[in-house]
Amino acid sequence: MSWEIVMGLEVHLQLATQSKIFSGSATQFGAAPNQQADAVDLGMPGMLPVLNEEAVRHAVKFGLGIGARIGKRSVFDRKNYFYPDLPKGYQVSQFFSPIVCEGVFDVPLEDGSLYPIRITRAHLEEDAGKSVHDIFGHETGIDLNRAGTPLLEIVTEPDFRSAEQAVAYLKALHSLVTYLGISDGNMAEGSMRCDINISLREKGSDELGTRTEIKNVNSFRFVERAIHYEYERQADILDGGGCITQETRLYDAEQNTTRSMRSKEVANDYRYFPEPDLLPIVIDDSYIDTVRQNLPELPAAKRARFLAEYGLTEYDTNLLVPNHAIADYFEAVAESSGAPKLAANWILGDLSAALNRSELSIEANPISAELLAGLVSRINDGTLSSKLAKQVFEALWNEEGDTDEIIAARGLKQVSDSGALEYMVDDVIANNPDQVAQYIAADDAKRKKLSGFFVGQIMKASKGQANPQMLNELLLKKLEDQS
Amino acid sequence: MAEDSVLGMSVSALQMMLRKRSVSSVELTEAFIGRIAAANESLNAVVTVCAEQALEQAQEADAALGRGEYRSLTGMPILHKDIFCTRGVRTTCGSKMLEDFVPAYDATVVTKMKAEGAIMLGKCNMDEFAMGSSNETSYFGTVKNPWNLDCVPGGSSGGSAAAIAAGMAPLVTGTDTGGSIRQPASLCGLTGLKPTYGRVSRLGIIAFASSLDQAGPMAHTAEDCAIALTAMSGIDPGDSTSADIPVSDFHGALDTQIDGLRIGLPREYFNDSLDNAVRERVMAALAELEKAGAVLVDIDLPHSHYAIATYYVIAPAEASANLARYDGVRFGYRCEAPQDLEDLYRRSRSEGFGEEVQRRILVGTYALSAGFYDAYFNKAQQVRRIITEDFHHAFEQVDIIAGPSAPGVAFPFGTKQTDPVAMYMEDIYTLAVNLAGLPGLSAPAGFIDGMPIGIQLIGKPFDEQTILNTAHRLQTDTDFHMARPTLQGLAS
Repeated sequence: MSWEIVMGLEVHLQLATQSKIFSGSATQFGAAPNQQADAVDLGMPGMLPVLNEEAVRHAVKFGLGIGARIGKRSVFDRKNYFYPDLPKGYQVSQFFSPIVCEGVFDVPLEDGSLYPIRITRAHLEEDAGKSVHDIFGHETGIDLNRAGTPLLEIVTEPDFRSAEQAVAYLKALHSLVTYLGISDGNMAEGSMRCDINISLREKGSDELGTRTEIKNVNSFRFVERAIHYEYERQADILDGGGCITQETRLYDAEQNTTRSMRSKEVANDYRYFPEPDLLPIVIDDSYIDTVRQNLPELPAAKRARFLAEYGLTEYDTNLLVPNHAIADYFEAVAESSGAPKLAANWILGDLSAALNRSELSIEANPISAELLAGLVSRINDGTLSSKLAKQVFEALWNEEGDTDEIIAARGLKQVSDSGALEYMVDDVIANNPDQVAQYIAADDAKRKKLSGFFVGQIMKASKGQANPQMLNELLLKKLEDQS
Repeated sequence: MAEDSVLGMSVSALQMMLRKRSVSSVELTEAFIGRIAAANESLNAVVTVCAEQALEQAQEADAALGRGEYRSLTGMPILHKDIFCTRGVRTTCGSKMLEDFVPAYDATVVTKMKAEGAIMLGKCNMDEFAMGSSNETSYFGTVKNPWNLDCVPGGSSGGSAAAIAAGMAPLVTGTDTGGSIRQPASLCGLTGLKPTYGRVSRLGIIAFASSLDQAGPMAHTAEDCAIALTAMSGIDPGDSTSADIPVSDFHGALDTQIDGLRIGLPREYFNDSLDNAVRERVMAALAELEKAGAVLVDIDLPHSHYAIATYYVIAPAEASANLARYDGVRFGYRCEAPQDLEDLYRRSRSEGFGEEVQRRILVGTYALSAGFYDAYFNKAQQVRRIITEDFHHAFEQVDIIAGPSAPGVAFPFGTKQTDPVAMYMEDIYTLAVNLAGLPGLSAPAGFIDGMPIGIQLIGKPFDEQTILNTAHRLQTDTDFHMARPTLQGLAS
């Protein structure tokens, strides 16, 4: 049987706020257990939540970023369930009236096309704490540092038909939220976690099959693997005439499998009702306008602009835009050097390679945009050949100064003076009569090969500083003169 | 040592004496602590006494008074209902669950009254988690009514009410979710005010039903309630539901002039089911107000009869969530040797909560369950809006609304405890006021067979002043509020 996979995603995005969504505790990652939990986070008797306005603004930014409708009057609800790391016995979330309503998010795929994903809703909620099972022997420890961290849960319609689409969506989402500055998007630290709802159906069918939900997958690679695994698992069951059990499953990255969580978890009745300790969030048009006016340029607009303004290829644009730090860096180099294509080549080529080798992010890049622009400018004005430029790049990476200082210190200037070049060419022709004779006797194809010998000799003699283009022209002319 | 005569005095009288320095705060504090020591064994109104701390504060207050520095409550001994969190002082909420709970913070009300100079003598007994109308659900035992030790003081602020009536303090705080200030005030012969929802911060008050809970003062007179309300009120950035409405000086603005005041009498309150003796006392009080120039107007609150049903869906629903945090994990009672997580939850909560609290958690959980939400919780929310609209329509015709505070006088222990619905009827006249978020007050209206009974005055939102004025006028023309129980039959 041929199966079509149908998926919807729920992403829990940790919002980058200074303090928690309902308390004044800090939200920094990695603090000692329970050092960032106050009486509100602990659910102490008599404590009340106070909404962090920054979290609301972040949610509205997101809604505007995907062109969704903003809920003008959104309401917090209590989601009731018992768990040791859920201090109040309920999670404050938004069930009935979310802050971000329906919208469409155009996801750029690898081939450059856009794939529209319908966003069902996005709502604000607080995160729970963490149960620690491996420190106290048989007993479980509770760390409430994460309790009350603001989350935006972003829910899509079942619009995905492949793992590649799902990963492309997550990458585009990651790009969008980091552009908006509403999340650090750090998946390893749990700032972006993904639940995947998966079902299969016969190709061509309109009905949805029974789905499973894979919880808390926290890397792009794991998402892809989990989907592939779950597709195979469900297809095997269906091919064997079996039925899919609706359940929550966990992805085990080490085994690369998914396994069932207790079915009890699925049967929870959360008894949602409006949170009486908080007022509805009322958002008026002027608030929305203010947020909209302060939105940064978003990936889609930047992509279009890079294509039009800098004449970049689609391929380069798709590599430069997703990470806004790289995009900003590119733009600074391009503007300052006046050579955007060259700038893109160096950033995506040598710089990326060097950063990868040293496992550095763009933020930790030792070569400032200004320094790289200096290098690009000297290539662009013919001062440096690409071979010399690589030497200068190494020196820039090792923080030996700026391009002109390095050129001066190492004497790397390209020889573009026609008189000096002519002298070098004459010298080589005079010293290699055999090769010259061979050249003269050869046909066009062989001549091309032989000319490489002369170029190599001259480059060696000039320590690579001869302007290759000028050299080529001059050499061919001189050899022609000989024949 | 001050004369015992200070024990029954009003806050306003004591305030004057303190300022004139005819009595010191230390003397007052010692006198009230002495009365607590003498009477509490019989009444069980106070669960925690902070004598040492109170005397230290009283000394500081005397020093301040000596320098001519005073605020509205400087040197005034008070008691707090044990639902207000008090930093470093055990706060039980009347429950085994919080028997040993010592908060690291003060409720905003506690902070504000401290800032006004009040001396905290201790904490008052109450129905467990404020769920009850007779103070019979307290883990710390029943509280006796000082007017008749065989009778209940009302609830849930029963300890607070009995304490004032017995002269253990001139002023106490209470909370009122469905009548918990007004009903015990009626049963103990006191003046008790439930302010408009949002007038007083709920921060640091252990939650029962968040959309209904409101703290307020209980005292001998409306004048005293006015002093206390000013001290307690105001927007609190820590409570999102507290109202950004200026707090006036309710005491300074007290006015006995009620000429032309239109008082609405809901037909639904003065119907056939109202006890005749209660009707007589309430009408007599209203006649006094009429003499003073008020105009009585019959009005309708057509959906009144839905108030109890509505309340007993919404309040337990909110409570079921508010009380979920008592799970034995972080604080409060934890069962011995739990077998596993579920056993920890089940036994901690079954052993830590009393019967009435468990009943309401179950009712509330049921009302919110899948398949029942629309029929119960959602419907109750709709009816709540209709009940609120009834009041708003009525207030287009009248300035305040009057009625009974409770269906009868204090009843003997055990008579309603086995029948929850009979107990719930105790709040039949008060619940709707909480549902609508309005201010309500109970003031003494006389006696039935020697037991006090109150009249309830209901005001427009944030117009506590008018009901305080009306009660103050009543207390200018009558002396029901001056009567004190003899306290015969006390153990010592």
